[in-house]
Amino acid sequence: MQPAIQTPFTPPSVEPLARPNETPSVATSEERASIEIRQLSAWYGKKQALDDITLTIPEKQVMAIIGPSGCGKSTLIRCLNRMHEVAPHARAEGEVIMDDRNIYDPSVDPTALRRMVGMVFQRPNPFPTMSIFDNVVAGLRLTSTPRGERLEDIAERSLRRAALWEEVRDSLKRPATGLSGGQQQRLCIARALAVEPEVLLMDEPCSALDPIATLRIEELIRQLRGDITIVIVTHNMQQAARASDRTAFMLAGEERIGRLVEVGPTTTIFTNPREKQTEEYITGRFG
Amino acid sequence: MRTRTAFEKDMQTLEDDLLLEGSMVEKQIERAMTALRTLDHDLARRVIEGDKEIDRLRYQIEEHAIQLIATQQPMASDLRTIIAAINMIVDLERMGDHAEGIAKIVLMHDDQPLLKPLIDLPRMADIAAGMLHSALDAFVTRDTEAARRVCEEDDEIDQLYNQVYRELMTYMMNDPRTFDRATWLLWAAHNLERIADRATNIAERVIFMVTGRMEKINA
Repeated sequence: MQPAIQTPFTPPSVEPLARPNETPSVATSEERASIEIRQLSAWYGKKQALDDITLTIPEKQVMAIIGPSGCGKSTLIRCLNRMHEVAPHARAEGEVIMDDRNIYDPSVDPTALRRMVGMVFQRPNPFPTMSIFDNVVAGLRLTSTPRGERLEDIAERSLRRAALWEEVRDSLKRPATGLSGGQQQRLCIARALAVEPEVLLMDEPCSALDPIATLRIEELIRQLRGDITIVIVTHNMQQAARASDRTAFMLAGEERIGRLVEVGPTTTIFTNPREKQTEEYITGRFG
Repeated sequence: MRTRTAFEKDMQTLEDDLLLEGSMVEKQIERAMTALRTLDHDLARRVIEGDKEIDRLRYQIEEHAIQLIATQQPMASDLRTIIAAINMIVDLERMGDHAEGIAKIVLMHDDQPLLKPLIDLPRMADIAAGMLHSALDAFVTRDTEAARRVCEEDDEIDQLYNQVYRELMTYMMNDPRTFDRATWLLWAAHNLERIADRATNIAERVIFMVTGRMEKINA
């Protein structure tokens, strides 16, 4: 089973990476980069999965990563919170810059990083033995409560941000497993938001959900935009078109190594892409 | 591997229907002008009747385009082609109306002869119908340069229209009894000028379809 959440295990002594509001902003352009991926390559043992990816992810926008199965899109986002290296014999080369620091620098603590970069997976994975409330605050209980706030307040705020509060406010003590699939996924988003990450990675977050639950998650993504940087990997091109500001298209060649083909504003990618491969993929001519 | 053969067939049908509508409009322009030149009332009535078929086809294509958008989620060049087609059929349908307008002018003449033998009007009609034909060719071949040339031809139409206007004004000033018949011919010229203008719209849509850029050429 995948680890349920990647944020809770920061020891209090570890200094979290600097947050943007704690450092004077030097950016002048309106579109500040949240994450700068530079010449990133990744391997599983001897098998190369990603080759030389360079990609800027703007702050507080939604970046969708699309591409056929096996193009390396999940590997790419797993490199953004160093989840990739958790797999046996997996490694990455290159740089991922956040807050002016390379997250692959030896001085960076991966657990501190994962507090800043939350993740939501394909299948909702609430802690099965915990109540709804305990699920939301699970990450905080293991670290410290920020700003001396009450856990109840943080839970409510997180559930509201995840557009779940109205549905669960009277059943916070009930087991999380009693919720529907779509509600469970929003609960996982609330749990990820509770530790106030700067970036939320979503790996096919709707692939196990029905269309209505899917639209609610997409709506939620649009609401969180402007507040937090979201990187969403999706097979569903319509979802990328609906929910994202920018879209990156990846493709693996015959040697099955994923490369970035094109990135641009979502409306451009879906109406007038530059590259022929992008055109063929999004018009459904292959893939 | 080709993965969307059914969709591609649908897109081809859409294009074929649009070209069919285009060729019907071309024929309508030609027949309306013949009717005007010879004041053939029967032919004029057939032109008026024929416009209904163009209208019907326009709605059929539009419905098909909506279906494709709703069921196939077209993207990129497919999306641009469908959007271009939706716009083009409106222009074609209006061109058909202008041809019908010329046919109605034939009927207005009743048993009066033409004010004068037609010289500039048939030239305008030839150029306008040629522009339409070239614009549809450019649509088939995705040729933006050919589309641009269509837009340039519109200048000649505008010049001819001004010439016709001045000539007919002279008739009216010299002999007020010619007023009705001169006005009718002016209307016919105006219809031709509009047809040419809509041909440039179609050419501009071809450029959009190929490049994704909306441009007003020769405005």
